[in-house]
Amino acid sequence: MTTDTLKMLGSAPMRYFNKRFEGFREDFSNINLQELAKSIVIPCVAFSIFLLIWAAAASQVNTSLGKLPGPARVWEQAMVLVDEHNEERGKEQRFYERQEKRNALKLAEDPNAEVKIRTYTGKPTFFDQIWTSLVTVATGFFIASLFAIPIGIVCGLSPVLYQAFNPLIQIFKPVSPLAWLPIVTMIVSAVYVANDPMFEKSYLNSAITVTLCCIWPTIINTTVGVSNISKDLLNVSQVLRLGWWTRVTKIVLPSSIPMMFAGLRVSLGIGWMVLIAAEMLAQNPGLGKFVWDEFQNGSSNSLARIMVAVFAIGLVGFMLDRLMLQLQKKVSWDKNAVLR
Amino acid sequence: MANEHLILSQVGIAFPTPNGPFTALENVNLKIEKGEFVSLIGHSGCGKSTVLNIVAGLYQATTGGVILDGKEVDEPGPDRAVVFQNHSLLPWLTARENVELAVKQVFKKSKSKAEMAEWVEHNLSLVHMEHAMHKRPDEISGGMKQRVGIARALAMEPKVLLMDEPFGALDALTRAHMQDSLIEIQARLNNTVIMITHDVDEAVLLSDRIVMMTNGPAATIGEILKVELPRPRNRVELANDPQYNHYRAEVLKFLYERQRHTEQKEPVESKKQDETNVTPIGKETVRAA
Ligand SMILES: Nc1ncnc2c1ncn2[C@@H]1O[C@H](COP(=O)(O)OP(=O)(O)OP(=O)(O)O)[C@@H](O)[C@H]1O
Ligand SMILES: [Mg+2]
Repeated sequence: MTTDTLKMLGSAPMRYFNKRFEGFREDFSNINLQELAKSIVIPCVAFSIFLLIWAAAASQVNTSLGKLPGPARVWEQAMVLVDEHNEERGKEQRFYERQEKRNALKLAEDPNAEVKIRTYTGKPTFFDQIWTSLVTVATGFFIASLFAIPIGIVCGLSPVLYQAFNPLIQIFKPVSPLAWLPIVTMIVSAVYVANDPMFEKSYLNSAITVTLCCIWPTIINTTVGVSNISKDLLNVSQVLRLGWWTRVTKIVLPSSIPMMFAGLRVSLGIGWMVLIAAEMLAQNPGLGKFVWDEFQNGSSNSLARIMVAVFAIGLVGFMLDRLMLQLQKKVSWDKNAVLR
Repeated sequence: MANEHLILSQVGIAFPTPNGPFTALENVNLKIEKGEFVSLIGHSGCGKSTVLNIVAGLYQATTGGVILDGKEVDEPGPDRAVVFQNHSLLPWLTARENVELAVKQVFKKSKSKAEMAEWVEHNLSLVHMEHAMHKRPDEISGGMKQRVGIARALAMEPKVLLMDEPFGALDALTRAHMQDSLIEIQARLNNTVIMITHDVDEAVLLSDRIVMMTNGPAATIGEILKVELPRPRNRVELANDPQYNHYRAEVLKFLYERQRHTEQKEPVESKKQDETNVTPIGKETVRAA
């Protein structure tokens, strides 16, 4: 079983690369080929070893839900989740087609007839849950950055404000999302009482919890970045008598961008981790809820499906980090800096 | 005394340190005329940069003060442009944008956009940097960066140009080239300049007066040497000029005999020397302010 999986995972990309590089082979010097091989082969080998160990170890562990799933079963469940998603999409499409037909008929009979347009309310699929989580984390992270960057800048510029904010930052920074969540939930349900809410309460709960947990690294890093601006550049700004705004935009912001982005990346990572926990605990829609539902469901496939979620969470987290890295490269003035 | 342009009067400064105030400078008195080129020379750590920073307004003197054209200096400003030791260009701006930032700040009311652009380019061409003006500081050499720094300072049309070891980090050839550029610019613009240097030849070649500082703490002006060599000066011709070599010898004598570092001094000699001048820089004696 294991070897099958390996073949399945391994052969497709390798074939692709072989085809891709066959034509180039003559043009590339040996060194290039070697480096290429290194950068592709080493990670592949390491990953294969990981899969082997996993497969071997998993078969040794018996749980109440059967044997711990190995890579093959997890892959299988991943495919099942894809199928379920496509099926659900099909259902949804048929639902809307039917509704449209019905309404068209009604209007043909009586042009003034009131037509009902209902939205489809099927069960959210795995991919719907990923999307929900992404939107939620983006919201929480965006709100956090909106506050954290200006706070960080003023704290870095003014020692007085730093002294004022620092105790608060230090106290709230280590608080776990699980502690914030009840408070946030209570406040949101007390304050947010619109009749026709634009956002779901659960979405707000998760997003705000993410904000509260991921705001701190950005504040701290921005503060450090701003307060560590080279003395020489500040002297230049003094000699030129730059105004506050010019100083911030021409000197403070560019020179603190590396630190700021380091903070933003940590923040986004924390936000993503926190979100999953918050969704699990509060039963808010998203990947966390998916994991919790599967856990409660307790079917023989549950563990494999949870593992698919684990990989999805990891991959999304990784992609979010790469996204921030690209953004950082884009706005960074120092194109030679090695960013990882 | 109509010519008195810049006056340092009884300037002293004490830095607060954990062990109490540390007097870096005491009783520094100097009068500089308009268009004069003055070098400050002295051993490392004696307080040259501190003097310059006080004139720039970046440090506040604890005693005495600086008067420029009848007005006391109490904050930094573009009328006292500084060329910093390590160029201090903004690394995210191109050479041109660096100069432009200064020009926009100083002339935003008095020049039109087109005039400002022209002025930026004019100053870059003064230092022969027009060919690389769209490059960022990390894309140009050390000497080029220093030239952009000088262009930025010149572009502010300062009353006094302050230079803190502007060529200290450059190799000998580049330095000679930069000195020649500076001589040329100075001949054209006739700025008032205070330049810090470690290099005796540089001081003699460029200056009208060389101000030699005693060792710290509580450093002050030890001697002032008037350099009366005709301008324009040419480094090759001057190499064999007895007058030039005399000035050189004077400065060397001051630095290496009268203000010799304690590390280099033999014990026998120490008795002859003035107490304050031989205090090792490493063990700064703390004085009550
Ligand atoms: N901000 C400060 N706080 C405390 N002490 C200072 C400060 N700035 C300078 N000093 C002290 O004042 C003395 C003079 O320093 P300064 O930088 O002026 O020396 P310098 O002559 O420019 O030396 P160099 O030639 O090495 O640049 C030194 O002993 C230094 O330790
Ligand atoms: Mg110095």
